[in-house]
Amino acid sequence: MGIVENYLNIGIKSIFVDNMIFAYFLGMCSYLAVSKKIGTAVGLGMAVTFVLLITVPLNWLAYNFIIKEGALTWLNGLGVSTSFADFSTVNLEVLKFIIFIAVVAAFVQLTEMVVEKLSPALYNALGIFLPLIAVNCSILGAALFLPGKEFAFGESVVYGLGSGIGWFLAVVALAAIREKLSYSNVPKGLRGLGITFITVGLMAFAFLSFIGFKLPFGE
Amino acid sequence: MSTETQAVEEVVKEREPLFSKKNRKLITNPLDADNPITVQVLGVCSALAVTVKLIPTLYMCISVLFVLVFSNVAISLLRNVIPGRIRIIVQLLVVASLVAVVDQVLQAYAYDVSKQLSVFVGLIITNCIIMGRLEAFALANKPGPALMDAIGNGLGYAAILIPVAFFRELLGSGSLFGFNILGEGYPGNGVMMSPVGACIVLGLLIWFQRSRNGYTEEA
Repeated sequence: MGIVENYLNIGIKSIFVDNMIFAYFLGMCSYLAVSKKIGTAVGLGMAVTFVLLITVPLNWLAYNFIIKEGALTWLNGLGVSTSFADFSTVNLEVLKFIIFIAVVAAFVQLTEMVVEKLSPALYNALGIFLPLIAVNCSILGAALFLPGKEFAFGESVVYGLGSGIGWFLAVVALAAIREKLSYSNVPKGLRGLGITFITVGLMAFAFLSFIGFKLPFGE
Repeated sequence: MSTETQAVEEVVKEREPLFSKKNRKLITNPLDADNPITVQVLGVCSALAVTVKLIPTLYMCISVLFVLVFSNVAISLLRNVIPGRIRIIVQLLVVASLVAVVDQVLQAYAYDVSKQLSVFVGLIITNCIIMGRLEAFALANKPGPALMDAIGNGLGYAAILIPVAFFRELLGSGSLFGFNILGEGYPGNGVMMSPVGACIVLGLLIWFQRSRNGYTEEA
């Protein structure tokens, strides 16, 4: 299997089979909060995709060069004698939550400041969503899935992008359904959140059919 | 997102007893009328993802309660020294440290459960209930009320998760707490085990709760 096919497979898998919303329910809070209108849904979806595309590879670097057992071996090359400090046995798994979330939060804050300075138009479209994203579970979730997946760097970029696109599709689809739903006569107690949950459940049902889906480019 | 700052209305008087009427309300309100999941729509990801079985759900509720109590009190104590612009990062670091503790304890004393909860222990960091309460309550209130608020919201979270897990485990695998209830002949129900069941059970639970307390939402 060539490298392009491998990337396509990971992309398709992360968009459809392992969809952040329908398979793992990550990022549900903002998913439910902003899916009332298609316009805001598109804005937040783009912001999530962008942040995932950047932070997943960043966290991949953090995991493979700082956190993982033996990841700090490169420090031995700096000239400190191994009898004084042997970095190849250091394991910082305990700190992975703190490091991952610090990377995400710092990146989000930085993006917010840069976008505010460089492009006021983009800031108006995206800006209000950025602070929300630091606490969007899908961002940290994608980082926490990384150790189990054993990706190479390029694969982690594709995985970040694919997860983002999957989230984008899910939020836009739900917003479209909710816009139509507002014309229906829903039982009183079910109005709003209740019917939204049931809608998401049925959408997840549809996405279940992707499990067992044969990836088009072989294993 | 319903995280607008909700300062306790009048300035809290000095030396107010911890269990005054107002403080007791901080505990009882989130159980029903101001429930974090069904009314404030916070912390939904984990409510859907970890509720396949009752035992992991209980561990999850206890972990969230622990992190919520300690982070709410800590942020409330620090509220006057945190600069506004970086408060999200400070909050995330406090929460991430507490979650690292919970994760280590679970791995040491309840390894199977910690494997079942997988990334969702780490995702307590971005559980919106915690960030929501820190933003909406702890930043504006003294440690005493913040403690009450944290306990109330932690219990409110459990008050939804446990019924959802009860129905999912009973209907999904015919057991409760791992003990077989519906007999060996019960074939199990795959939909209840999957995320679809979680959404639908939660939607119906919200319907039940709202038709009881009369809360309605404009569609």
